[in-house]
Amino acid sequence: MARVVIDVMLKPEILDPQGRAVEQALTRRGLAGVRHVRQGKHFVIEVEGEITADVQAELERVAAEVLSNPVIEDYVIRSAAESDE
Amino acid sequence: MTTRIGVITFPGTLDDVDAARAIRYSGAEAVALWHGDADLKDVDAVVLPGGFSYGDYLRCGAIANLSPVMSVLVPAALEGLPVLGICNGFQVLCEAHLLPGALTRNQTLHFVCRDQQLTVADTTSAWTNAYDVGQVITVPVKNGEGCYQADDATLDELERTGRVVVRYHDLNPNGSRRDIAGIRNERGNVVGLMPHPEHAIDDLTGPSSDGLGFFTSILTTLVGQGVLA
Repeated sequence: MARVVIDVMLKPEILDPQGRAVEQALTRRGLAGVRHVRQGKHFVIEVEGEITADVQAELERVAAEVLSNPVIEDYVIRSAAESDE
Repeated sequence: MTTRIGVITFPGTLDDVDAARAIRYSGAEAVALWHGDADLKDVDAVVLPGGFSYGDYLRCGAIANLSPVMSVLVPAALEGLPVLGICNGFQVLCEAHLLPGALTRNQTLHFVCRDQQLTVADTTSAWTNAYDVGQVITVPVKNGEGCYQADDATLDELERTGRVVVRYHDLNPNGSRRDIAGIRNERGNVVGLMPHPEHAIDDLTGPSSDGLGFFTSILTTLVGQGVLA
């Protein structure tokens, strides 16, 4: 069994009102020097067997077509570290 | 023969009953379509109603787009079947790439529910021929993720080709780029908008009857295509 992580973030040019609300809340909470917050999605996917080239290609496809919307979002795929729950 | 217009129900759809009522008001027969059935029941047009399909999980409309009924709706729409997506239905049409762009969280982060003035900008679509260009109509808008986004090139192309169908008039409730409330595809058979014409079909239950024009327009379109005798 292998685990991969797919992180999906709004593209930099797309306004992220949730990130901005969090940014303002952190500043109000007294955290000094907060310049910018952006909020995204974190998927941890377990797959049977090894991550072969075919599996990797299939993961790329679902990351691009299902887990993210290419109009507004970018994604990054990596293998999961121990710390990824 | 009566015109038959399908209304798709997904888990979490809310406005299918009002959409069906608006269809009946316009003089057509409303046909219930189910998300889990890859069957359009030979309808002449389809309405994707508002609501929160699949709880808006992942992204609004994203999981609905993967449902069996969409596997037959998308090719039919590409062949010319008239499709109207209202609110969540608009989000589904964007996720299905039948319309360009995407709907994101309202700029204010607030869910907005109000009687909204719109300017009709295009009357060539299958769903807007009952209106005049520049006509101001009042229909409810109610969404949390109705901020229309697309890149500048796409927006320029939409405006250049007259594919912005309705714009927000008195104010922009969600931060949509260029005040866009609804758009159409190139052919004009597919229209999506965030406001709810099906909630404004008579003075008893809505702020006006201005929304009925979407549903009478499609009958005119189908008569023109020879679908109806």
